[in-house]
Amino acid sequence: MATLGELERTVMDLLWGTQEAMTANTLRDALALAPEGTAEGKELAVTTVLTVLSRLEKKGLVERERDTRPHRYRAVTSREDHTAELMHEVLVTAPDREAVLARFIGSVSESEARTLRRLLGSN
Amino acid sequence: MFWVSHFLAALAVILAWPAPIALSRAQWPSRSPFTAMILWQAIALAGGLSMIGAMLVWGLEPLGDNLLEALHGLWDILVNNRPADTLGLVHVFALSAASLLTAHLVFTLLITYARIKGQRRRHRNLLNLLSSPSRTNPSTLVIKHPAPVAYCLPGGARSVTVLSDGLMGLLSEDELRAVLVHERAHLSQRHHLLLWAFAAWRSALPWLPTSRLAQRSVNELIEMLADDEAVKEVDQETLVGAIAIVATGSHGPSVSHGHSGETQDHVLADAAATQDPEQDDASLSTVHRLRRLLEPQAPLTPAQTFAALATSALLLTVPTALLIAPGFLG
Repeated sequence: MATLGELERTVMDLLWGTQEAMTANTLRDALALAPEGTAEGKELAVTTVLTVLSRLEKKGLVERERDTRPHRYRAVTSREDHTAELMHEVLVTAPDREAVLARFIGSVSESEARTLRRLLGSN
Repeated sequence: MFWVSHFLAALAVILAWPAPIALSRAQWPSRSPFTAMILWQAIALAGGLSMIGAMLVWGLEPLGDNLLEALHGLWDILVNNRPADTLGLVHVFALSAASLLTAHLVFTLLITYARIKGQRRRHRNLLNLLSSPSRTNPSTLVIKHPAPVAYCLPGGARSVTVLSDGLMGLLSEDELRAVLVHERAHLSQRHHLLLWAFAAWRSALPWLPTSRLAQRSVNELIEMLADDEAVKEVDQETLVGAIAIVATGSHGPSVSHGHSGETQDHVLADAAATQDPEQDDASLSTVHRLRRLLEPQAPLTPAQTFAALATSALLLTVPTALLIAPGFLG
């Protein structure tokens, strides 16, 4: 049985892959076809899909169109935008963020990059 | 006795200002980062202890001949409503300041912990949706992004190392291994706990030179410790190569032709816009790291290491002994 986390991933992959809003039913059918395989071949209950969708909605990744019945869901922004947001978090060093994750190389300013190149050049 | 509080106050001042400045300017920490790390922890702990201790001893002075007796006296006043006529206003002030500072330090530590946990959780949620597990390396995630990025996200058994495919495209297999060993050293040596403690120390007392210098030095020292682990598995040149590519690659124009160059430029422009002295600190540490790899220096001699460790031990034991030694107030 796929975990909720894996299902969230697969659902987001589906929503990011299409421009359209989808109903939970359409999503369940698409999941049954298992494009990339985490929830492969499993018949999911629509309620499970709805649970996953409401979790994703709470996380701000999915929005719901309420003017139709059943409700339709779409990705809030593209996968690329989310990646950019995440990398921005990693690359921009604010003093209060330094303890959250450890980067291989911290931010390098223009002048430091010059010093580094000089150091490397002289060896 | 009065001199104890004066001694502790003097120690607090030394540990808040001249000592950290001297240590942050010293050259030897890059030769023995582990020893330097111990000394920084001793300075921070002893600094806090002597700050609080000085005020506590000052305030308790009229209440008893030693700490236990004085605390007992304080208990009687606070709980059993004994008359407090021996306590002057200055003593009450000192005692309040000591307890406020203690509470402030403890709460900042807890709040910082909660903040870091929350930020990590949000980061991990998004990361899990956006990245895919590395095919070749365990507990490693790969994210599609042109900038050469490598970092680790601590979280107990769920700790992961994250690599961008931009980075994987730029590094050779050995260089990539150097990066992975480096990041895993952060995780296995629990560097995030040090980062947490010193981040809290800094947000608790941001105006104190010691907290800023300590955080900066500790950030640099953990990188050196992780580098030392990496050169146990790959040779020096490989690690230098990896550092050079990541440090200059993330800055030069060489990667901006990546497949989503626009996003990349956006990220870097934002990074440049928020540039402040902090970032200079961070990048200076890359220069220091590179320098010690290019021109390796002998570690401290056993005698020097012993001196540094003995200093650390003294820093911790002296204020503690003064506080708990019986008769110190008498």
